[in-house]
Amino acid sequence: MWSFFHKLGSPPWLYRIAGSILRWLLPITLLMLCVGLVWGLLFTAPDFRQGNSYRIIYIHVPAAVVALAGYYVMAIAGGVSLIWKMKMADVAMRACAPVGAALTFIALVTGAIWGKPTWGTWWVWDARITSMLILLFLYLGVVALYEAYDNKEAASKACAVLTLVGTVNIPIIYKSVDWWYSLHQPASIKFTGESSIDPSMLYPLLLMIAAFYALFTCCLLMNMRADILQREARTNWVRKLALEYRA
Amino acid sequence: MYFETLEAAIAMDGHGGFVWSAYGICLLVLFFILLAPRRRQKKILLRLAGEQKRQQGGPITLEEGK
Repeated sequence: MWSFFHKLGSPPWLYRIAGSILRWLLPITLLMLCVGLVWGLLFTAPDFRQGNSYRIIYIHVPAAVVALAGYYVMAIAGGVSLIWKMKMADVAMRACAPVGAALTFIALVTGAIWGKPTWGTWWVWDARITSMLILLFLYLGVVALYEAYDNKEAASKACAVLTLVGTVNIPIIYKSVDWWYSLHQPASIKFTGESSIDPSMLYPLLLMIAAFYALFTCCLLMNMRADILQREARTNWVRKLALEYRA
Repeated sequence: MYFETLEAAIAMDGHGGFVWSAYGICLLVLFFILLAPRRRQKKILLRLAGEQKRQQGGPITLEEGK
């Protein structure tokens, strides 16, 4: 158990293991994405009230769900890096930020496009949508804050603090549709009790959520690998890797 | 397949523009976040290989010299 944590802190080990995970996870992710997209776009029946515009659900919901879950990963990594000064946790924290920002952006843009035919407007300053916009700024904030410091150790610390403070936003996003009167509909899938979505629509949605989780993991690992190389550029193993790459 | 013709799948009863543009933007962003780290990794490795060759006095390619 302890040796596993010890290994987790070792850059060459992490670089190698991330590479071998990616070798099978990446093709699976792309396959799930392709199947899920085609299934949702062309094979499901339209919603009886929203018609075909509801098909946006197959990208909107997975992107939003994983953008939120990604923030947990970032916050946990930030906490670990702040408390135990684990370098690789810091790498993981920063690897989450651009991916999370991209997914939040997808959720917001597809939500706006979906809102137009459904609500009659692209945007409302609604609790759920505004809190998602804050999530986007938090993700982008982490990226920008790190770049703003010359001293990278101080930058990591500042990013970790920002990440942890931003965690306050997460329960607000989850509960926003219950706490405030909102245009945004409440969740259709529930872990406890009956879901208010037909199985023929639920299965492709679950597949897409799984695909987006896998995609997040892939991007996280790839970002970490690139970051490890940059951080360890002066070490022998990276120099050797560079020469082998060239050869 | 739910739609009977290709035209029907593109039009989606008037919602086609919304649905296809949402999917298009999504795929574009996903494409970018999947490719960006690969490119960064490649660039770092090439730069490091170039640096080492330069230290050893060997010839470097244009790509490595960046």
